[in-house]
Amino acid sequence: MKDVKSQASKVAAPGKPGRLNTEIQSRIGHQLRAMYDDVVRQGVPDRFAELIKKLDAPGPTGDPAKSDGRD
Amino acid sequence: MPLTDSLRDDILASVPSLRAFAISLSGNGDRADDLVQETLLRALANIDSFQPGSNLPAWLFTILRNLFRSDYRKRRREVEDADGNYAKTLKTQPAQSAHLEFEEFRVALDKLPQDQREALILVGASGFSYEDAAAICGCAVGTIKSRVNRARSKLSALLYVDGADDFGPDDTVRAVIGGSGG
Repeated sequence: MKDVKSQASKVAAPGKPGRLNTEIQSRIGHQLRAMYDDVVRQGVPDRFAELIKKLDAPGPTGDPAKSDGRD
Repeated sequence: MPLTDSLRDDILASVPSLRAFAISLSGNGDRADDLVQETLLRALANIDSFQPGSNLPAWLFTILRNLFRSDYRKRRREVEDADGNYAKTLKTQPAQSAHLEFEEFRVALDKLPQDQREALILVGASGFSYEDAAAICGCAVGTIKSRVNRARSKLSALLYVDGADDFGPDDTVRAVIGGSGG
């Protein structure tokens, strides 16, 4: 019997399919979405709401600051 | 198409995910918001080139991604203090251990090549199809798929496999793990 030096002692190598790998991938997916959704949940900061409201001058005049100044 | 009220509402509704995308890309909250602002200005200035009925979020993400890229080329990563910066942008601070894991994840994400990071975020977090992500990044669908796969294996190596030496020193990750002060 050959001596078995390299037991598969490491955690599943990346790219190798397997249950552990699937589990890791689902954790990564979960963390990624958690990180992302944390920001999404903050909603729209006022500065952007105001920016879009201000820039409702119609047409591609290239000078969106041009408005009648009416509210 | 002209900027109608409903289009404006739709743009506004995209802002939260644009911010999340920008923060995930840049790892820096302030810079991310500048990117979003520039994206909105550019979108509104070019609103005539938006095709009614086409995918508005994808259009906006494309603008943001291109802005980020040109910006990135100008100043490669001067954001060395990005650590912890991301957490500051969060209103709800996660609990300590969750926060640590979260920070570790962010550091690992930051180590991915930009191509892979953006592909992973678009598909894995923003929820775009491979096709949409490919359109946003201006590459083939197969390219996006392989970038996402490579991003996933690299992340799992960085986060879950001890001694993944092929991926270079992960001192930062170790520092985060070891430097918890606990």
